[in-house]
Amino acid sequence: MRGPLGRRHLLALLPVLAFLLLGSGFWRMLHGLHNGQFDPHAVMTPQLGKDVPSFPALAGIPLSGTPTVQGAGTGIDTGIDAAALQGQTGPVLVNFMASWCIPCVAEMSQLKAISQVLPVWGIAYKDRVPRVAAFVRRNGQPYARLATDPDGRAAVEWGVTGVPESFLVMPGGQILWHGTSALDEATFRREILPLLMQARKEGRW
Amino acid sequence: MEGIAPQHLRALQPAAWQWFLSPENGHFALALACAFACAQCLLPALGARLREPRLARLGGGLAWSQALCLVMAFLCLGTAAVQDDFSVRSVAENSARAKPLLYKVAGLWGNHEGSLLLWLLVLALCAALLATTARRAQLPLFLQARVLAILGGISAAFGLFCLLTSSPFGRLLPPPADGAGMNPMLQDPGLAFHPPLLYLGYVGLAVPFAFAVAGLMEKRVTPRWGGWMKPWVLASWGFLTCGITLGSWWSYYVLGWGGYWFWDPVENASLIPWLSSTALVHSTIAVEKRDVLKSWSLLLAIASFSFSLAGTFLVRSGILNSVHAFASDPARGVFLLLILGVISGGALALFAWRAPQFPAEPGFPLLTREGALVLNNILLCTLCAIVLVGTLYPPFVQLLFSRTLSVGKPFFDSTTIPVFLLLLLLLGIVCALGWRYTKPASVLRALRLPALLGCLAFPLALIWLAAFPPALCAALAVWVLGATALALLRRWQVNRRAGRAHRSLPASQWAMALAHMGVAVSVLGMCGMSAARHDIVELPVGGSVSFAGRCWKLAAVSPVQGPNYRAERAMLQVSRPTCPTNAGKPFLRLTPERRFFPLQDQTLAQVALHITPLGDLYAVLGPSRLLATRHGKQLVWVLRLHDNPLAVWIWAGGLFMALGAVVALLGRSRRPAVAARGEG
Repeated sequence: MRGPLGRRHLLALLPVLAFLLLGSGFWRMLHGLHNGQFDPHAVMTPQLGKDVPSFPALAGIPLSGTPTVQGAGTGIDTGIDAAALQGQTGPVLVNFMASWCIPCVAEMSQLKAISQVLPVWGIAYKDRVPRVAAFVRRNGQPYARLATDPDGRAAVEWGVTGVPESFLVMPGGQILWHGTSALDEATFRREILPLLMQARKEGRW
Repeated sequence: MEGIAPQHLRALQPAAWQWFLSPENGHFALALACAFACAQCLLPALGARLREPRLARLGGGLAWSQALCLVMAFLCLGTAAVQDDFSVRSVAENSARAKPLLYKVAGLWGNHEGSLLLWLLVLALCAALLATTARRAQLPLFLQARVLAILGGISAAFGLFCLLTSSPFGRLLPPPADGAGMNPMLQDPGLAFHPPLLYLGYVGLAVPFAFAVAGLMEKRVTPRWGGWMKPWVLASWGFLTCGITLGSWWSYYVLGWGGYWFWDPVENASLIPWLSSTALVHSTIAVEKRDVLKSWSLLLAIASFSFSLAGTFLVRSGILNSVHAFASDPARGVFLLLILGVISGGALALFAWRAPQFPAEPGFPLLTREGALVLNNILLCTLCAIVLVGTLYPPFVQLLFSRTLSVGKPFFDSTTIPVFLLLLLLLGIVCALGWRYTKPASVLRALRLPALLGCLAFPLALIWLAAFPPALCAALAVWVLGATALALLRRWQVNRRAGRAHRSLPASQWAMALAHMGVAVSVLGMCGMSAARHDIVELPVGGSVSFAGRCWKLAAVSPVQGPNYRAERAMLQVSRPTCPTNAGKPFLRLTPERRFFPLQDQTLAQVALHITPLGDLYAVLGPSRLLATRHGKQLVWVLRLHDNPLAVWIWAGGLFMALGAVVALLGRSRRPAVAARGEG
């Protein structure tokens, strides 16, 4: 191939073209970083005050032999999706957890206490179903619903950066509170309870 | 001034050497080095262009001057760090009085500014070494001048970057009483040496890059060109291998999550140039031995260094969303992107222009070592492309569609493992192949026994690992080990029967066997780790639990005071029988710690690790909490216990690979005449 645009010329041009494409993409990203339009760390932005994000519907985790929480209504293994959260008549605490996470163990007793006054919906982040089931069997079962997010897609939509993280979701789907560490009694009394009281006073549920 | 005696004033005056190594002098040395780099970029290139030997010879002297200036600058920064001079901004932000001396030194490259200075220093030392060894390697003067000029250009670009956007010598007024300290996670001997090793690899790749560009400029790529480039390719690949191995080992035993590779974008940024430089090592061998795969080698040399530059850019510009903390700054990103555009874009454009003008290479049958090298290159480049796509997909999707997403282990596992299996298959076959022509029957005969070994290993691995892909990987690793060992044995026997004077095998044989067996050993380690078990337990002091066929007893938890942290140290006694019998004597004591660093208000786990060839026991201490029981409240400790079969093989394999590079390098230097043979 001796011509001006032979096969070898075209092949040799490919790397340059790929480089130009990538380079212009990087250039636009830098531009966006500069004026705030592009933020790869956007998953870390707080979700406060926003509606629950649209996330893929999550399959429930069947828990054989564990008693369901009182007043849970539908079964624990119904699964979780955005519509189900928006359709609730009362506030819900959404709790991202994993069986391999040490602080998740630590917050279980508080979650059990919370589940007496507020339904807790658990989402198992990047975990295997049998492990989650064993975890709940071992540490107690505070969840009204428990679903699995095997590849962490839902967690990304929610802006979760690690486990455990919890969100207080109001009826209609507004996120009122977001906590990024293990829940304890002080946090619940100081941060979540006043919000619930306030919302009650405003007649939101 | 009354009250201050003259001797006190004298004490305030710096000693002569302290003045000499002041940050201002360091800054000046850096600027001077940058000027030398500019001269190194221009003068030898001009000399090569005008065919003027006197100008061309200037390159070596300029490279040495530049290297000395950078050594001086580095010493100045080191002095400031060791003496706790918190009026220097980069020291104040990354050091503290209470930091151990090792980490005051290692802290020099634990931040953006200092690591950039190290980058420059390594590059300048490479250029100086190249100039010094050029005569012995019989490198033609004008080729040497061109290579040094290109290295000088890279140095000049990064020197300007360092001076204009991120000088490590900036002062801070008023100086703080104590520094902000270093991220405690980085205070570990493994991580202290991880960046320099990686940089030696990354920066070393600049030399093959320079050879490739110089070859394109001269329109001449010969087997000797491959021979000149090969030691640099081997050395930087070896350092890169060591650096990645050490980094992975660090994440295994410091981070406390018990894994070794996270497919984090920053980790991938080092894996991509490693994959492409692995391909480069192989295609350089093909160029040197058989005068084939020249365009590939040129492209791979350019790509490897471009990937290492792109990694630097991605990590420091803030484009990648990674768990690794790097100070990111879009302004720096713009500068780096410009450098990347000029250096890599320029080289690729030159490649697009010149490579098609090279004469076409003779073909060769597939069933030869050349054919295997081509296949190997294709597979490694495919892996490289997969990792690149997986790493860049999230930012590009966000740019184009404004959607955030993460690409993680599931994607990489499902895409890389099939390619990797093919690569392992090829690694076994290549042992039976010779250059130029191989009889198919002899290949079959040579591979019978390894294939049998692999087939025997598969059901065993399947029983042990209880999962299909890891078992297949393990069987293929056994096949590679068997084929490599048998090939070595056969070569040795042939040599003995022939009664040759050199009964020992050539170093290149040993090097290849070591590196390929290293891959197999690492793969076996990864397969073992796929069967790893872990459990989270809560134990009161005195309590015990059965896990992984052993009884783990929490004997005590005691407070410990470290140099810059407080800690709680647990004493775990591990005994063989499971717990109810509990008769066995503890054969092992593990002491995991939970360290609190007050300066950074950070708590870190210090993993307790018991390493044996067959597997690691690994314990992490978590927080304590009060548990309500029938007998009142009880304090329990959260512990995470791991049983990691064959874990240490992963890193042992990495060391074998690097050792292969060392053997290849040493074998060359003993016989310099080999490089000189057979080319006009």
